Amino acid sequence: MKDLTFGTLIAVFEEIFGRGLFWAMLAAAGVITLAYVYVLIRDRAVSWRKFLWAQLSMPFGAIGAVLFVQAMTHSGFADIGGPVDVIVLLTVAVAGAIGLAILVYTLESLILRKTRSDV
Amino acid sequence: MTDQDQFSPSRRGFLGLAAGAAALAAAGAAPPAQAQVATKAHIVILGSGAAGTALANRLVHRLGGARITLIDGRRQHLYQPGFSLIAAGLKPAGYSVSQTADWLPPGVELKQDYAAEIDPEAKTVTLQGGEVVPYDYLIVATGLTLDHDAIEGFSLDLVGTEGIGALYAGPDYAAKTWAAASRFTEEGGVGLFTRPATEMKCAGAPLKHTFLIDDITRKAGNRGKAEIIYASNNNSLFGVPIVSEKVRMLFGDRGIDAAYSHVLRAIEPGKKLATFDTPEGQKELGYDYIHVIPPQRAPQVVRDSGLSWADKWVDQGWVEVDQHSLRHRRYPEVFAVGDVAGVPKGKTAASVKWQVPVVEAHLVAQIAGDTADAAYNGYTSCPMITRVGRAMLVEFDYNDNLTPSFPGIIAPLEELWISWLMKEVALKATYNAMLRGKA
Repeated sequence: MKDLTFGTLIAVFEEIFGRGLFWAMLAAAGVITLAYVYVLIRDRAVSWRKFLWAQLSMPFGAIGAVLFVQAMTHSGFADIGGPVDVIVLLTVAVAGAIGLAILVYTLESLILRKTRSDV
Repeated sequence: MTDQDQFSPSRRGFLGLAAGAAALAAAGAAPPAQAQVATKAHIVILGSGAAGTALANRLVHRLGGARITLIDGRRQHLYQPGFSLIAAGLKPAGYSVSQTADWLPPGVELKQDYAAEIDPEAKTVTLQGGEVVPYDYLIVATGLTLDHDAIEGFSLDLVGTEGIGALYAGPDYAAKTWAAASRFTEEGGVGLFTRPATEMKCAGAPLKHTFLIDDITRKAGNRGKAEIIYASNNNSLFGVPIVSEKVRMLFGDRGIDAAYSHVLRAIEPGKKLATFDTPEGQKELGYDYIHVIPPQRAPQVVRDSGLSWADKWVDQGWVEVDQHSLRHRRYPEVFAVGDVAGVPKGKTAASVKWQVPVVEAHLVAQIAGDTADAAYNGYTSCPMITRVGRAMLVEFDYNDNLTPSFPGIIAPLEELWISWLMKEVALKATYNAMLRGKA
């Protein structure tokens, strides 16, 4: 089978992380996303104060994700060799930034629920 | 098959990583399950390496009622693409080791013994323990033998000592190779990197080891006191001319000297002296570190079976198969897949990934009384590491054409981080998925 299918992709991801960890991470990402949607619906508005904190966390998510990938793969910024590498680097950074922002916003909404004066 | 639009899943899978959910959605649903062919045939697979294990996992799903027997005396499964990383201190020896039994599906019988005799006329395999196993179809997937004895003065006991490395010999020897190589990266001196004159598995690996040790020495600040020489077996640095030229340029950039047509014949460990066969006669070179890759041949049991080519590779004994169908040219119920197959290219795990579905298609069609048009085009892939953190994704076919999986995105002759990431992260995962018959 030399064509990519959804099943192949799942199989490869299972092998990268281990079956348990892969599905646990997928479940965690799903739960966080659902929780995010939940607080949005519950509050019926975006809290701009929480969103500010989420935004402030984004650079940390971006840098953290890039450093994590580099540390896991024995590589560094000097190894960027072409345009596609810049795209990969930025994709990792954007994914880390968005992921952490959603996580921060959701945690704020769930944990700091009582401080709702800003809503 | 030769259609370059048919990408290999590992690379597309990796791109899927980058493209995230969009690629996931675009990838579509699983293909329709192929109908099972009912049969009582007994299929014997010799060897439980990458090819044998992957084929067993696929045949179990394609054949209903077939008896599938896998024969291999070794319990451990070795992920050989990891050896280069182990020999550069980037992964521990255990990175490449797993248990064969863990990869096999229910319904496949594993006989833990080595074959002593193959009789393609009587259609039997005799094991070293004496058992005679008859077959209807035979898959020869034994891999190859490293002929260490062919290098005078060398023995595996020496690996890791006296500045001697030999990463092909296995994960533990790869780790010992790093023990010797790491001393060179600290102390410098003359580093000799060799390759044999026979066909060999992953002809990129000798170059990868050279590049990695060069890079590690450089990053340690010791490159100034090290001289690195790559001893090539002929007048090129790689079998594919365009890749050879690129490697020549990289060698120039890195200050690696090439000694063309230098085939290692003997070493004198005490004197740290290596003897090479060259067109001008024997030549001696001193070394502080030497990487030995011995000549490679089909296992003796295969060479004794009458399955080998009689007029090609006579000193190596690869199995006489059609290079497109991988079916034996004289015994139609015999196939060879992986390193032992007598085809001009394709002694890599990536080649196995492309060969296995071809053998599966022809075997299943034959059992069903049909024919198949699947063909192996010589596809071979090599993430050619050029330093820690960068690699060139080199893919080619029988005709020495480059067959890039991502034309316009991942340039084949460019040193890229993404190609390194593939080697480090996605390759073993794709390999494991292949073993399970899922890629």
